[in-house]
Amino acid sequence: MNAVVAPSACPISVLIVDDEAPARARLRDLLADLAAELPNEVVAEAENGVVALGVIEAHRVDVALVDIRMPTMDGVEFARHLSQVAQPPAVIFVTAYDAYAVQAFELSAVDYLLKPVRSTRLLAALRKLPQQPPLSKAQLARLPQPQPARSHLACHERGRLLLIPVDGIIYLKADLKYVTVRTREREFLVDESLTHLEQEFGDQFIRLHRSVLVARNAIVGFARLGTDDAEAQWQAMLRDVAERLPVSRRQWPLVKSLVRRSGV
Amino acid sequence: MPSIKQNAHGQPLPDFRNAGVMLRILLGVNLLALLAALVRSDGLLACLQDYVAMAAWLQPLLLFNLAVLALLGSRLQGSAVWSARALVVVLAAMSAVLLSLLWSLLTFDEWGWQGLVRAALLAGTAAACMLSYLALRASALSPALIEARLQSLTARIRPHFLFNSLTAVISLIRLDPRRAETALEELAELFRALLRDPRQLVPIGDELALCRQYLDLEKLRLGERLQVEWNIDDPPADLLVPPLLLQPLLENAVYHGIEPAANGGTIRVSLLRRGDELHIDLANPSVSHAEHARGNHMALDNIQERLALYYDLEARIDTGEVRLADGSREYRVQIVLPCGGRSR
Repeated sequence: MNAVVAPSACPISVLIVDDEAPARARLRDLLADLAAELPNEVVAEAENGVVALGVIEAHRVDVALVDIRMPTMDGVEFARHLSQVAQPPAVIFVTAYDAYAVQAFELSAVDYLLKPVRSTRLLAALRKLPQQPPLSKAQLARLPQPQPARSHLACHERGRLLLIPVDGIIYLKADLKYVTVRTREREFLVDESLTHLEQEFGDQFIRLHRSVLVARNAIVGFARLGTDDAEAQWQAMLRDVAERLPVSRRQWPLVKSLVRRSGV
Repeated sequence: MPSIKQNAHGQPLPDFRNAGVMLRILLGVNLLALLAALVRSDGLLACLQDYVAMAAWLQPLLLFNLAVLALLGSRLQGSAVWSARALVVVLAAMSAVLLSLLWSLLTFDEWGWQGLVRAALLAGTAAACMLSYLALRASALSPALIEARLQSLTARIRPHFLFNSLTAVISLIRLDPRRAETALEELAELFRALLRDPRQLVPIGDELALCRQYLDLEKLRLGERLQVEWNIDDPPADLLVPPLLLQPLLENAVYHGIEPAANGGTIRVSLLRRGDELHIDLANPSVSHAEHARGNHMALDNIQERLALYYDLEARIDTGEVRLADGSREYRVQIVLPCGGRSR
């Protein structure tokens, strides 16, 4: 947020994020037109949030012009992951008209542009940048959510931002103040709370015991430990990993009924 | 050109070739007979016997009248409202008298002139009752028609599509002015269709042309992500259909099936004639789960309502999700339209 936008300073570096090629081309044209008034440089174009986060890892970006509705990772989720980036760019949302979205933008006081974008509006938005603080959690929460749940979890490893597709997660396990994310290949540590994750992904994951959420479609069966009925302890067997996860006695009836309904 | 207008405002006569109208007449008259039996007899069993006796006399008369009305068909529609209505009532009365005479010849029962007049009066009254019921029903449906029209004007233009298309066209102006020109013309055509009186029917050939223009515009934005497969066999190009029958469904398919997928997908459209029916099938990959229901149902309900207004029971629309062999899911819509009489 320390890009100084004086006419003589170094050009603002811009990242364009939109899944439609013509929309990206239009923004590029507009920025080129504005170059005399406001020096700028398009660092890269990205067709979704995942690609855009990759660009931000590799380049210094002052501002990202971000479409809302994109496949793989939408604009709002992209903005949420930015909080994990060391020097996040300012975000200006660009969207086609939608009464609900516009209302949400107004409420959260986030800068946005409507498609088709007019060059005067774009210029005004870029000029405001130095005074713009980064998006707060409260602002992000008020944004329109094309997908209520995130498509990826973000994690930091040796200064790099890694994205874990939620579809590929087998289980989530609370470890002190972190959550371990297990995928087929390996484990990651993410800075999240298991309770929040359960709220967000409640329809994909199910709680096995106090500190474990498992993907419903990863459960392949259950095994019983101990022979005595009263002492029976059940374990969930998982797809792709040999490890078995214990099911607490309190959760067992719920787990059993939910899994049976989905036909395991 | 036939249109749904006739059904709404001072509709001269119901369309007696329509299966729904026929069914309503059959059920309605039988209901009247049941009521008459209930009034006349003192026990429930006696009432049932009475009704069965009446039904034996009633059904041939009803079927004969329906057949004559169906044969007269369009000729009835041409004449003035009141004379046509009188004609139907007289037809019912006369045929009742004829049937009574035939009956008396066969069974050697003497009906007498009073009996004949009674039969004529009963049949005429029943016919008048049914006519007024159908007229009332038609006028009751007309506010729904206006509502459907309003809906068609508001719900149909998805702002998302309009503004994204405009952005795409603007981006083309410097790069490829000619393509931008065609795109704007296509957009104009699309809006002309959207703003047209939704009660005026259009040939299905025009609707298909509109769909192609619409998909062309979408292709401008989505490029290779959007693939379309057409399968049109023996196209009944002159078949008249309610306007914007397919375009909103394609818009749904693009919005829910193509845009959320990073690599896009294929929309399949097929039109097949099966006997007297036209089967229209649309399929798109099913990607998003959450958003799906709401947007889709607006367009579907709208089309369903318009199909019911124009075809009554003779058209249907079915939707469903199918799991394909490779594990992916596909969303399918099927519309079945009658294409016997109306194309002529």
